Formats: sequence, C-alpha cells, structure tokens
Amino acid sequence: MGNLPKAFGQSVRRKEDPRLITGAGRYTDDQQLPQQAWAAFVRSPIAHANIGEVDTSAALEHPGVVGVLTGAEFAASGLNDLACGWMIHSRNGDPMRVGEHPALASQRVRYVGEPVAVVVADSRQAARAAAELVMVDYDELPVVSDVEAAAAPDAVVLHDAAPGNQCYDWEIGNRDAVRKALDEAAHVTEIRLINNRLVPNAMEPRAVNASYDASRDRYTLYVASQNPHGLRMTLAAVIGFGPEHKIRVISEDVGGGFGSKAFNYAEEVVCMWAAKRLGRPVKWTAERSESFLTDAHGRDHITTARLAMDANHRITALDVSTHANLGAYLSTFGSLVPTYVYATLLSGQYDIPNIYANVVTRYTNTTPVDAYRGAGRPEAGYVVERLVDVAARELGIDPAEFRRQNFIRTFPHATPVEMTYDSGDFQAHLDKALDMIDAAGFEARREASRAEGKLRGLGIGCYIEAAGIGPSARLGKLGSGAGLWESAEIRVNPTGSVEVLTGCHSHGQSHETTYAQLVADRFGISVDDVEILHGDTDVVQFGMGTYGSRSGPVGLSAIDMACDKIVAKAEKIAAHLLNVPADTVTFEDGEFASEATNERLGFAEVALNAYTAHHFPTTEIEPGLKETTFFDPPDFNFPAGTHVCEVEVDPATGVVRIARFVAVDDFGVIGNPMVVEGQVHGGLVQGIGQALLEQARYDDYGQLLSGSYMDYCMPRADDVPDFDVGFTETRSTTNPLGMKGCGEAGSIGSPPAVINAICDALGIRHIDMPATPEKVWRAVTSAA
Amino acid sequence: MSKLHVETSINGEAVEFLCEPQQSLLEVLREELDRTGTKEGCGTGDCGACSVLMDGRLVCSCLVLAAETSGHEITTIEGIAQGDGLHPIQQAYLDNAALQCGICTPGLVVATKALLDKNPNPDEETIRYWIAGNLCRCTGYDKIVRAIQDAAGRLAHPA
Ligand code: FES
Ligand code: FES
Repeated sequence: MGNLPKAFGQSVRRKEDPRLITGAGRYTDDQQLPQQAWAAFVRSPIAHANIGEVDTSAALEHPGVVGVLTGAEFAASGLNDLACGWMIHSRNGDPMRVGEHPALASQRVRYVGEPVAVVVADSRQAARAAAELVMVDYDELPVVSDVEAAAAPDAVVLHDAAPGNQCYDWEIGNRDAVRKALDEAAHVTEIRLINNRLVPNAMEPRAVNASYDASRDRYTLYVASQNPHGLRMTLAAVIGFGPEHKIRVISEDVGGGFGSKAFNYAEEVVCMWAAKRLGRPVKWTAERSESFLTDAHGRDHITTARLAMDANHRITALDVSTHANLGAYLSTFGSLVPTYVYATLLSGQYDIPNIYANVVTRYTNTTPVDAYRGAGRPEAGYVVERLVDVAARELGIDPAEFRRQNFIRTFPHATPVEMTYDSGDFQAHLDKALDMIDAAGFEARREASRAEGKLRGLGIGCYIEAAGIGPSARLGKLGSGAGLWESAEIRVNPTGSVEVLTGCHSHGQSHETTYAQLVADRFGISVDDVEILHGDTDVVQFGMGTYGSRSGPVGLSAIDMACDKIVAKAEKIAAHLLNVPADTVTFEDGEFASEATNERLGFAEVALNAYTAHHFPTTEIEPGLKETTFFDPPDFNFPAGTHVCEVEVDPATGVVRIARFVAVDDFGVIGNPMVVEGQVHGGLVQGIGQALLEQARYDDYGQLLSGSYMDYCMPRADDVPDFDVGFTETRSTTNPLGMKGCGEAGSIGSPPAVINAICDALGIRHIDMPATPEKVWRAVTSAA
Repeated sequence: MSKLHVETSINGEAVEFLCEPQQSLLEVLREELDRTGTKEGCGTGDCGACSVLMDGRLVCSCLVLAAETSGHEITTIEGIAQGDGLHPIQQAYLDNAALQCGICTPGLVVATKALLDKNPNPDEETIRYWIAGNLCRCTGYDKIVRAIQDAAGRLAHPA
C-alpha cells in the first residue's frame, strides 16, 4: 500500500494491446447478431443526375434477398435529412445556404457514390449481387468537380438554395487595417497555393450493425464511431428516430478515424430504418472503394495570401483569401472546418498585428469534405509557414532567423483572429529542433550531396494548433449546435478497484492506458485496478467523443476533477473512521492520515467502509463512492512546435528522399511519452503523405480517379523515414492538468516543413502538394 | 450452386467447412469459422490486413480462394501466441507501442513472423521493404520497425 511508483508521465505499456495483438479485439464487423442480415447500397455511378425510374424487381427475386428499399420509400418514412452541426453566417449576415441531404436520394444525385437504394439479404454476397440488379434511370446533368468551376457564372447549380453554388462568404479580422498595412509595407510577399484534397483512409472501413427490438421499441446501433453519444443525439433529435432513451449506440474497438468517423453518415440512418422495416439486424461494412467514395474527404482549399513587412523585417499584416470545396453536401462539421478552426489560426507563432481572411465555400459534385486530422489547422499552418519561408528568402535572410524575429514572446497573447494563446515558448522548440537536426552541419551535407549530383534542402514548419476547443458558451455564439465539455464518472468499488466512465472514445489513442495511469496515481492504486469504460451509451451517460485533440486536455481533466471529488468524500469518511476532525485528514500516496493520530487508512479500507456505511452518519454523508464531473474548458489550449525536414532530391528522377526529420513539440504536461510519440509519428506520416504522395483527384465528369490503393498513394513503410521526436514543456493554463492536445500536431507541422525543404533544395519559390517525382522533375527541369 | 467441401488445417487444428467456389479464405475465416482476428482493409490485396501464412508462406487471405486451402496448413493471428503467453513478436510490438488502433496489427504480426522465419536478422531497409505491403494509417511505421528489430533480437537470444 502507498508506495507504488507514479504511473502518469511514464511510458506504461498499453492495456489494450494484449487483446488487439492476438486478434481478440472486437471491431464492429467482428460481431454477428442472431438473425443477422446484410445491407448493400446501390450507389450512383454518375456525379450529377436527376433520378428517373428505380426498378427493384430483379433484385427482389434474387435468392436470399430480404428487402429492397429505395430513396422514394425513404422520403416517405418521415425521417429527416442529414444535417450540419455548425451554423456559419456570411459577412453580409446571411445564414449559410444549405440544400437538402436525404440519407437515400430519391430526386437527384450529386456525387458518385451517393446512395439511392439499399438491398438487405441473408448474406453479404447475396446483398451485393442483388444490388447489381437494381436498375436506376439517371438523367444526367452538367458536372462541376472543383471549386473554381463551381464559381463560374454559368456553372450548373447543385442546390436551388445555394445560387452560384455558394454556401457562405465569410470573413474574420479587420480588412481596412490590413489594406492600410499592405499599402504602407516595405515589402509584400504574395503566394497562391493549393491544399490538396485527401482521403482519410482509416484502415478499418466504416461499419454499422443496426437492430430494432420491437418488444421494447428500442434500437441498438453498433457502429465504428469516434463519437457515440453525439451520434445518438443526432439520430434522435435531428434524424427523428425517437427519443434518446430508445436508442443505444455501441462502439467497441474502433480501427482509426482521423475525423472521418466523427460524423453522421447515411448508412447509419438507412440501416436503422431498414432494421425496423424488415425486422432483422442489418449490418453493413464499407468495401474499400466505398470508403474512398463516401468517407468525408479532407482539405481542398485554394488560397491566395499576402504578407506585409516593415523595413525591419517585422510582419505588419496578413491578408488571406481562401476558396474551399465543401463537396456535394454539408457534412456534420463541414462548415466549421474552413472557418473557425482554420482562419483563427492564421497568426501562427507570429506577432501579427493585423490579419484579415475571407473564406468562400462552394458545393461541387464531389464527396462531402469535413474534418480530417488537423481539420483547418493544417491548412492554416501551411499558408503561414509557406508564406514566411518565401518572405525570408525574398528578403535574403535566414528563414529561422526571420521566424525568430517575429515570434510571439509573451503570453497570454491575443491574436487579431479570435484566439488567445495561453502559453508557449516558440524559441525553445525552434532552437531544440535545429540542434537535433544539426542545422549547423547542413551546408556540409548539402555540399556532399551536390558532389553526388543530388540536391539537398532544409525546411522548417513552425505550427500552432488550437486543441480541446471550448468553452461551450463561446462556441454556441460562433455557431456550434452542441457543447464541447467532457464528462467523467468514477465508480470506486468496495474492494478499492475503480471504473472510470468517459464520454471520449478511443480509436487508437490508448485511453484505457493513459487515463488509468492518472487515476492510479490519484488513488495510490495499480494501473491494473483501473478499468476505463467508454463507447456505449447505456454505460456512459453522455460525452462528446474524441476528435480535435480533446481527450487529454478535456477528457482527462474531467476525470482528474472527478478524482478530486472522490478524494474529498473519502477524506470525510476517513475522518470518522480515524475519529479525528475532518479538516485534519490528508490523502497522499494512497493513504489517509491525520496529524491527530498515528493510525493510517488505505484507499481500499475507506472504499469498503463507504459501502458498509457502519462507521459514519449517513444523514451527513451518503453511502457509496461515486462521483461525476462535466468539465467545460475555459478556453482552447495551444500545442505548438517546430518540425524540420531535410530532403535529398534526385534531379534525374525527381524522387524526394527524406534524409532526416525532427519534430519538437510542446504538448504541455505529457501523460505517456511512448503513446504521445506514436501520435506524433502517425501524424507526421499523414502530413508527409499529403506533401509527397496523396491526392484525391476527380475528372471533369466527377469521377474519382484515385479511388483505390492502386491509384491513391498511401504512405508505406518504405516511403517514410525514422523520426527524431523531442518535447519542450510549457503548461497549458486552460485545464487543471496543464495538458495540450497531441493528436493532430504531426499532420500540421510536417507538410510545410517538407515543401519548404524541397523548395530550398531546388531553389524555387513554390511547388504544390503532393510533390510527386513528376512535379519535382518538371520543376528541376524548368529551373535549370 | 453446390457448396464445396474443404478439409484444411488452421493453426494446427483440422478444420472442415463448406464454401461457395468464389468465397475467399478471409471471408470464410471471418464469417463461417468465427476467426475474426484476421481483418479486411481492402479486399484487393493492397493493404495486408488479411495476412495469413499458408504452408509458412505469407499470403493475403482476401486473394486466396477458400477452396484452395484444401490440404494446406493455414496460420492466422490466433495461432501465433504460444499457449496463454504472447509470442516474442507480439511482446515486442507491445513493448514498443507498435500499434494504436490495432486493426492492421494482426496482419503485421503475421508478416513479421514470415519475415523473421526467413531472415532472422534483417536490416532496417529489408524490414521496411518487407512490410511495405502492410498499410498502417496510425503509427507512421517507426515503432513497428523498432518492434521488428526488437523481436529479431528476442528470437535470437531468448530470455
Ligand atoms: S484485405 Fe487483403 S490485402 Fe487488404
Ligand atoms: S494501428 Fe491503426 S492502422 Fe495500424
């Protein structure tokens, strides 16, 4: 008792691994229900068309088919459209323009892959075979597949509610001040860049298994989700499946998400509806090609930006104009991503007195776009870090030095775009990262490469991120339909073991371990005596799920505060057991003590007494030991860091090899360094994938050309380097633990670091992502 | 269409099943035999999540017809662990935090076994090329490479 080493802050081995590593994990598709039926969706092969006749007769005759349901039947179901959870207003005050978005289309399809009917059968194979037999007449319409085409005056309009295909024309910051600063600037750097569209590609395809128990009038939805409670709330209140207590949502193990499993998708709605209609549990798991076509995509911005500087190389203003592609429909957070989590980060790590951003979003005949790892913040970081790099080169000064001269140095710091950075030391991670990569030795390495006919370059990406967003009241003012607090419930059992219920939901982030580490320390018990329960709306009362790097700073803070309440109550009980005044009781390292006695009590002894309730007045103290907290963070927290990439380019082939990569991040207080490193590594590879390999590409007919692993270049083990990861620490002031979110950092800092390195190697101003060998080779050839 | 009767061996156990001629081994493992440890990431041979050993050779079970396994020996993730303990490869993955969401992990563990059975002391480049067929979206591969190196050491010098 009492002397366990501290677990929090240590690289404790992951508690979830023994099951996952032996194949005993329980992902949604691993589960089969009695009477299981399977769904296969009939999807539009055409990007834009009016739907004519839908003939289901041949499909209905296929052996094993239980039912075929069409968009027209869905339209008659009384269920509502899929909805976006964040209201954005245009700069003229108009609300964003939202078109219809039924889960099954009956009138018109607007992107390839949009579901128009569903076949339910006794087996997966039968459902898929019969889906091929559903005949749909399509009356083709003109197509716009990129944001510039959608803006053309004669472009076809996707939604009558959105003339010009425009959803909103939004702004932030002070335009007049920025114009004035640009006029008065000693130097202005301008850049136009594309933030390439990406496909999230969680390795577990989306999966749903819906059932309806008529005797209890209750739905159960197994689903691969990052946000089970948010989904239940949406299914109940927005879609109209009835009150929440009639819906149970369960997500057990979830195989990655990166944002893409935080939304409400058509398949969830249709499978629930079909399960009730047909009286069978209905299961659907995406084929990979369906994942490519229907998982919400990420990024897809075109941006022009100007940076103004005075004669001393101090940045005086930033002016940004962005056109963002929303896809055919507004996804759950589609409107938020290019606004309040994008333009609010445009100050980067720099003290920029004047910032203005204008964001125009449009609908196109493509898959809806929503949050993908970083969600808006990688787009902002890329604009800022490309711009300062080009500016430094134009001014003929060292890019690191230019950054240093313009860093924010005092905190808290209020930017002109809504954010107040709580804490940071930007100089510290820049210095450490340059040191770790041996920047001093770079010129010698460049020479050595040159001697071998290769081009070497060094690039820096200094990112800032806003993680764990809150407080709820402020987000409500900015347009959020939901609060973004997090809940925790701690149940101490009579034996002293503990269950922790959290509304966050791991899809790879090791909550079962990191959360248990903190709780173990707080109560002086072993990590093995703490069980984390999550992902089931019948078990956990409420929560807001895992995305936006919120599970540490918001979710774990809620747990920490619930621990405070447990300790406070246990101290009162201990006072009675020790027969001492309550205010003399202390609790440390798992022991209750008092200056008034030599006797000590262990955590488990007090827990047992809380339940026997023999030794304290239950009129004063209730029996039992269980507490709940809802933590609403007073503000965002701001992880920041410096990523440095060193590339070697073969000018003959255009192949870029990453020779060294260093990431130094300030995540405040870290719970499990091994886990956090893993988060950084994963993010880095997604960022490097964006910079070098990945591109969701549509042709003029709205066909996704990169719709398989043969065409969409995922980073593989031989594409990426080893990483050198380091940390600096300034505590966040917006949560009790001092933590900053670590989940997205890697994908924010790395794209500009890689592109800046390539531009340095080639001596060019800019190259758009992905910098494929072909593009790099052309750049080399035209620079020569 | 009549089903095919197949007799094979899975993880050292004689197994009989009936399948359609076009059914993949992956489908039969997961849906007929309730061995769900083997995962589907693509169904087209591009991601390695479904990796199993067939007579010791690494194959994508999504590309093997179930009927083809007749008379062969299949090893899946469920057959890697030794008794109640973890295989040294699994222990190395665990100690190096080489998994996050875990969906790619069964395939990677099987692929690692195939590599180390063949080449007990691979260098980093060999490791990276060998596992290039296994997509992992979570880990960035760094810790997987570390785990494989660690596993090679453990197998060479059992504790
Ligand atoms: S599922 Fe077999 S290789 Fe992807
Ligand atoms: S751990 Fe999630 S895909 Fe590899």
